[in-house]
Amino acid sequence: MSEHLEHPEAMDSAPVKTPEQKAAEHSRRTFLFKLSVALNAAVGAVLAVPVVGYLLGPTMKKSSDVGGWVSLGTLDGFPVGETRLAEFVSPTARIGDGETAKTACWVRRIAQQQFQVFAINCAHLNCPVRWFPESHLFMCPCHGGAYYQDGSRASGPPERGLFEYRYQVSGNTLSIHAGDMPTLSTQASCGGADREKKLVQIQSADTRSEA
Amino acid sequence: MSDDKKPSNPLVRASVGVYDWLEKRLGLFGPTIKAAMHPTPENNASWMYVFGSAATVLLVLQVVTGILLALVYSPSANEAWGNLNFINHNIALGWFLRAMHGWGSDFMVAIVIIHMVQVFLFGSYKFPREFTWILGVGLLLLTLGMAFTGQVMRFDQDAYWGLGIGASIMSRVPFVGAPLVHLLLGGPIIGAATLSRFFALHVFVIPGILLGAAGLHIWMTLFHGVSDWPMPGRIVTKSTYQKEYHELAEKSGIPFVPDAAWKDAVFAAVILLAVMACAYFFGPFGPGGQPDPTIIQTAPKPDPPFLWLYALLAFLPPSMETPFLLIVPAVAIIAMLALPLVSPEGERHWSRRPVAVLMLLVIAVALGAFQKLGMYTPWSPVMDAWSGDAVPVKYLHDRTPLERQGALVLQQKQCRNCHSLDGTGGLRGPALDGIASRMTEDQMIRQVLQGGGNMPAYGNALNPAETKALVAFLMTLREGNHGPAINASRKLTDTSELQRPQWLNSKPLPETP
Repeated sequence: MSEHLEHPEAMDSAPVKTPEQKAAEHSRRTFLFKLSVALNAAVGAVLAVPVVGYLLGPTMKKSSDVGGWVSLGTLDGFPVGETRLAEFVSPTARIGDGETAKTACWVRRIAQQQFQVFAINCAHLNCPVRWFPESHLFMCPCHGGAYYQDGSRASGPPERGLFEYRYQVSGNTLSIHAGDMPTLSTQASCGGADREKKLVQIQSADTRSEA
Repeated sequence: MSDDKKPSNPLVRASVGVYDWLEKRLGLFGPTIKAAMHPTPENNASWMYVFGSAATVLLVLQVVTGILLALVYSPSANEAWGNLNFINHNIALGWFLRAMHGWGSDFMVAIVIIHMVQVFLFGSYKFPREFTWILGVGLLLLTLGMAFTGQVMRFDQDAYWGLGIGASIMSRVPFVGAPLVHLLLGGPIIGAATLSRFFALHVFVIPGILLGAAGLHIWMTLFHGVSDWPMPGRIVTKSTYQKEYHELAEKSGIPFVPDAAWKDAVFAAVILLAVMACAYFFGPFGPGGQPDPTIIQTAPKPDPPFLWLYALLAFLPPSMETPFLLIVPAVAIIAMLALPLVSPEGERHWSRRPVAVLMLLVIAVALGAFQKLGMYTPWSPVMDAWSGDAVPVKYLHDRTPLERQGALVLQQKQCRNCHSLDGTGGLRGPALDGIASRMTEDQMIRQVLQGGGNMPAYGNALNPAETKALVAFLMTLREGNHGPAINASRKLTDTSELQRPQWLNSKPLPETP
């Protein structure tokens, strides 16, 4: 320990081995030591299986397995021709999630039975987009992504339009299928209609005035 | 300790006795004192060589304040936000400890970067200190990792949406995007599992690696000695450098403690005082709004160490975003790691390394510019400008009713969120103060209705009367003595066949743009 500041050149130069020393390297004890190393390597490998499996646990579920249908309330809350914010508790929420179990979505009621339900998450980097009814635009506060009322990309850095949830109307209730937090690879409609729209294809910004 | 001279003072004699007893059993004082007093070249006892020790001191400060916070903090998505407010307001001096930990982290990132710049500029990463540099790159990344996971600990709106940004970046990785997002979040959504795993990273995993790596880094500094002050023309070669260094250190050197270390100690004290002053005068970082994703009235922003990245992400064209995010960080890290392996020898002095200096300047200016932009986010729409920033009165004087109606349309349709008037409003689009000097009426109508060039189309949001009024108002906005914009070809197309000059009939008409 006290030599630990010596210069490396001062403490190298391995001594020349005598035949006895060489023989000692092949003794039974050496063999047993090597065997014990191999034994520990094998135990370590077995030990790694539960450790790695535990660590990778969250990645094992397919995105189509998570989530479920969740009600957004009665249809009366969504007047035809308007876009309203709706809150719901994620069906994937777990104990202790607190406020983060909640999330929101934008519900656009096009006609009596026709809806579009958008994730609040911007397709660029997930920030919450806000609806501006006067200019018929969704705007993102982070990097200025903008979307038209039908969710299609209007301008800014996003590559694509807003993520959409699958919805169903039963009686007087509107439900959506929610699971993963929507990102480019974990979309809102998991395994749903817009699976073919998946991932990084760049939609050209629609600069025509839409119908 | 030899027993040659017995001190006469009995108190001193007792202390020496205790020391000897302990040292015989511990065996650490001697080597430690020897290491502390190791000879170092006289020329590196400089104020330029104090940043590494300052980073270490800040690391210790972070560990101590972190443990103190962990005594009270509850890493539960359900409770963390309320718990932080409790620490701020109900625990004696809790606010100060949170402030110290927060400011300490910003100082640490800054000092680590300054330390790195100094080592780069002085060529100290060259032989035999290549691996010290490589480990240092790892320490920088670990420090940034602490900064990001620490931001998550402050479980507020910015933390929540910052995790969203992280997940979005992960989701861009081809093929394994979804598993990576789930691995990052610990589940399908940001929630209890996310905070728990970031707590484990912030408190156990990263600090463990960081302390170990910092220990190795310091060990190598002792092993090779602190690099000597670079001199133009003093070339590093693998065959001669160590001999030259040891001559410098041993022949004309000074003991590190106390002759060089006092500067480190003074700087460490100054830095600690600065952290305490910032903590005292500026207070703790948040927590901001509660981490409720249904509260969308928020403009998330990362902590200072990541502002430049946040700015960069605003400027990347959509087609470049994913390749950039996946390739450039990897290339940058590999380049930093490879630096000492590519140039382990040669000149160390900056005056003989113009490419290195230029590179450093370009990177510093670029990062500095992005950092500055990240501080005022000119690309973000000002979400409440349409209702908050009134049309300047001077733009309403002497206007017709139609033009004033147009000013109302401008406000009502949220144009101000992206366009400023008289310096207030959004900066995403061009300021509209002199718009009529740059665009004709026709061009304005086209731009408003069809959008383009990063402007959404408003054809669906404006009826003809609104468009007419809006453009009428915009046509009154001219700055200074500038005349209205004219369309040079308009005159020709408006001129009737009969009035057309003779010479034009013999030539094809010029194309209208």
